[in-house]
Amino acid sequence: MSRFRKKGSKTLTAISTASLPDVIFMLLFFFMVTTVMRETTLIVKVKVPDATEVQKIERKSLVSYIYIGTPLRSQIYGTESRIQLNDRFATISDIQNFIIAEREARDEADRGFLTTSLKVDEQVRMGVVTDVKQELRQIGAFRINYSARKRVEQ
Amino acid sequence: MARPVNEINAGSMADIAFLLLIFFLVTTTMDVDSGIVRRLPPPPDPTVKPADIKERNVMNVLVSSRDALMVNRVPSDISTLRRTVKEFIQNRGNRSDWPEQRIEEIEGLGNVPVSRGIVSLKNDRGTSYNMYIQVQNELAAAFAEMRNELSMEKFGIRYNQLTNNDWINAINKAIPVAISEAEPEDVGGK
Repeated sequence: MSRFRKKGSKTLTAISTASLPDVIFMLLFFFMVTTVMRETTLIVKVKVPDATEVQKIERKSLVSYIYIGTPLRSQIYGTESRIQLNDRFATISDIQNFIIAEREARDEADRGFLTTSLKVDEQVRMGVVTDVKQELRQIGAFRINYSARKRVEQ
Repeated sequence: MARPVNEINAGSMADIAFLLLIFFLVTTTMDVDSGIVRRLPPPPDPTVKPADIKERNVMNVLVSSRDALMVNRVPSDISTLRRTVKEFIQNRGNRSDWPEQRIEEIEGLGNVPVSRGIVSLKNDRGTSYNMYIQVQNELAAAFAEMRNELSMEKFGIRYNQLTNNDWINAINKAIPVAISEAEPEDVGGK
């Protein structure tokens, strides 16, 4: 009996924290993997204007995005403002079908809350934006959001 | 007999990993999506005659293809737009060419004047999107400021800090956001 006690009391070591880094690394990898940077790759240049009266979009799953800007590879696609839906260029006539497809992808109960976020480059002329808005009105997608960055007022 | 070899102290490894973790937590922007929320009007019905709106109630804001601003046919500047809109909608001096006020009883506020004024925004096809958003922003800011002022006066807190839904609805009723976008017209081409 006394033999055991002696042995224990002689080498009292601290709890090994060697596995703690592994735990933290696992957390780190979890965050690195789960943070989605961007869902669609942009093929048009979009630098949204800034505004002071912006509101955050609450339910991001109910938002469909329309990108408008000049093509990034302008030597191939020219410098005229183009519309991007999902991952490809689109024309005005594709908007209605796009909205229908977006509606089909949602639950029936949520369809009325579908918001269209217009991510438009600040240098785009309003003509194409007006055309898009007219198409959205025709198809009944009335809730829109002009995407803008928050500007802090002096 | 082998002596117990001292382990390399791995305690600081956790700190390094923590630093990395915090770095990633801070730098990964979740792509916060924000913007100016608007509701488009339904498409015009040719069988229904548009509602008659008195001319004094409408403030015409026109943004030209050169990004110049016209308010009621007078050249104007974006820096004064917010104040102009507020003065027009509130019509403190009861001017006859500015909108009518109707005293309405609103629950939680009592009798308050509700302006019949509407801001009609019209843009050209050649207007730059940035200018359009800046104008939209100033219009939204004008209404937000009026709501804030009323909220401060009646409840003592800013409108965007109100949590009571009844109060929010009361303010919304007293100051409706009356921004209408005119039917687009082709004027200046692309």
